[in-house]
Amino acid sequence: MVSLEVRDLGCIRDDRILFSKVNIDLYPGQLLLVEGDNGSGKTSLLRILCGIRLPEHGHVIWQRTNNDKKTAVSVHGQESYAGDMAFLGHLDGNKLDLTVTENLEFSCSLALGNSSTIKEVLERVGLSYFDDLQVSNLSAGQRRRLALARLLLSGARLWILDEPFTALDKKGIAMVEREINAQLDQGGLVIMTSHHSVSFDSDKVTKLSLSQ
Amino acid sequence: MMKFIHKTASPPYFYHLSGLWIPWLGMITLLLLMAGLYGGLIYAPTDYQQGESYRIIYIHVPAAWMSLFIYIAMAGAGAIGLIWRIKLAETVAVCSAPIGAGFTLLALVTGSLWGKPMWGAWWVWDARLTAELLLLFLYLGVMSLYVAIPDKRVASRAVALLALVGVVNIPIIHYSVEWWNTLHQGPTVTKFDKPSIDLRMLVPLLIMAVAFKVYYVWSLFLRVRVELLERERNSQWVKELLKQNKESQA
Amino acid sequence: MKKTTLSQVFFALLKRDLLLAFRHRAELFNPLLFFVLVVTLFPLGTGADTKLLQTMAPGIIWVAALLAAMLSLDTIFRSDFEDGSLELLLLNAHPTSILVLAKVLAHWLITGVPLMIIAPLLALFLGLDQDLIGLLVLTLLLGTPVLSLIGAVAIALTVGLKRGGILLSLLVLPFYVPVLIFATNAIEMAMSGLPVTAQLWILSSFLLLAITLTPWPTAAALKLSLS
Repeated sequence: MVSLEVRDLGCIRDDRILFSKVNIDLYPGQLLLVEGDNGSGKTSLLRILCGIRLPEHGHVIWQRTNNDKKTAVSVHGQESYAGDMAFLGHLDGNKLDLTVTENLEFSCSLALGNSSTIKEVLERVGLSYFDDLQVSNLSAGQRRRLALARLLLSGARLWILDEPFTALDKKGIAMVEREINAQLDQGGLVIMTSHHSVSFDSDKVTKLSLSQ
Repeated sequence: MMKFIHKTASPPYFYHLSGLWIPWLGMITLLLLMAGLYGGLIYAPTDYQQGESYRIIYIHVPAAWMSLFIYIAMAGAGAIGLIWRIKLAETVAVCSAPIGAGFTLLALVTGSLWGKPMWGAWWVWDARLTAELLLLFLYLGVMSLYVAIPDKRVASRAVALLALVGVVNIPIIHYSVEWWNTLHQGPTVTKFDKPSIDLRMLVPLLIMAVAFKVYYVWSLFLRVRVELLERERNSQWVKELLKQNKESQA
Repeated sequence: MKKTTLSQVFFALLKRDLLLAFRHRAELFNPLLFFVLVVTLFPLGTGADTKLLQTMAPGIIWVAALLAAMLSLDTIFRSDFEDGSLELLLLNAHPTSILVLAKVLAHWLITGVPLMIIAPLLALFLGLDQDLIGLLVLTLLLGTPVLSLIGAVAIALTVGLKRGGILLSLLVLPFYVPVLIFATNAIEMAMSGLPVTAQLWILSSFLLLAITLTPWPTAAALKLSLS
């Protein structure tokens, strides 16, 4: 059963056609690696997939419930999609003047998420000693880890990650790879871009190249 | 039905159609303007209270009508663009703003020219003039917002949104200003509300109103064509058009 | 996993914004200081004629409040936009318009309420009749939330731009005119002993209209600014 269908997606930015006719079928337990040169539209594609940006044409369909083509709803303007999806963009989305825990508590009250697991999640991303520090005192890598903690906390089935390894050290990269593998093993889906070479089982990974 | 709309509103089709219309619209504008101006400036009788100076209404009043009309048209086009995501409608909204601002400015300038003989001052805080001034600010806001946002597709959607918010507010602003005016100054000299106006005065006024409307459509078409060419410069139909142009010149 | 209700989200966001403002409390005084400064300039510019100042007092206070409110608008969405938390707010199962309302309410509590508290003092500076001070505060109570709500639409449209400052004032000021007219008018009428219920009702209806109508365009504009 396909979880995420993308049909004939196109994007124009500043009067330039970034990509068109992008088709994706993503199944549970699969990772989609979006590749392409700088400026090829990777970020724009991810922002369309998570619903922030409207596509020029085409549809993104999440867990189609019936096979009738015409009634399938695109994720744009579908609020239940937001509960199933978690996005990690270029920006971390942390409030600098709140502590680590306060940041996560707010995310919990905003999304589906359980605040009782905050401690556990902080341990997983390696921030447990910093839980009552204000984010402004953290390093760039630690802030990235906090953003990842938010992702783990969401419990979303679909992760959309834009350069998740940015600013992370070797241990951090290994940690993210471990978490992505765990997510895939649980039947979750991951869509990501990365400049780092990633090491995942090749049968789990689909690649999409945007350079024409 | 939607199919028909989408076909007519597709940029290449509109470009072709508007190309056929433009010469005619231009001629009609010119004829109507000549007829209206002749009627208003020469044929219509002199007003017994205001003398010859009243004749400025043949520019002022239709321009003021147009300034409101175009704002509403802009908001309508913007709404269509936002809801059905029709590019042409977005472009129409964007291209209407400068024309509307032009008419608003014209109404303001002629209003102040008229004010000198009427009230003895170039500017008085008359309700209608003040409302017109605020309308000019609204237009300028729309235009500067469009210029400020680099991605033109996003910009035209932002403009459509702003125009919609504005169109809800225009009546509120208008009536507030009227309220403010009557309380602060007492009723001003009403310009033109005699219950029955001489037919020889009225007809040229209506002709001018129609002339301004046709002019709007004409200049709108010209602007929309240029805007479409610029925005769609990467698309197939514009490239073909350029090729045809080169061939016919060679 | 539990699902959060809309009101929980509303209050969580409200609490977060108030907490953030509290941690930045030095900045809270800036619009207030501006308000006081502008009002102080008027007697210096026009001469300290008590009679003149008295008649101009409602206008001066309201224009200054309006400018102060406009200056503070930027803080509604700017920091959320820059650190990426705005994206997370929009990518949420809850309707954005309600979240917008929470943010605007927080903004009003931070900037509008202090204006109301300091306004009586300024009214005394300008020699406004003491009986009218209650009315002045009441007009501010009804009017300043409208300024925040309308301003939110404009700031949502311009938050993605590097230099939105002047553009912002061009966008909001025409929309502020009705509030200014009816608020100052109410006080002026009361000065001459006339009833002002009509003006107060109109201001209340502006407030209701703004609460119900502005969150949608604000939400839509935020989506545009992020795309």
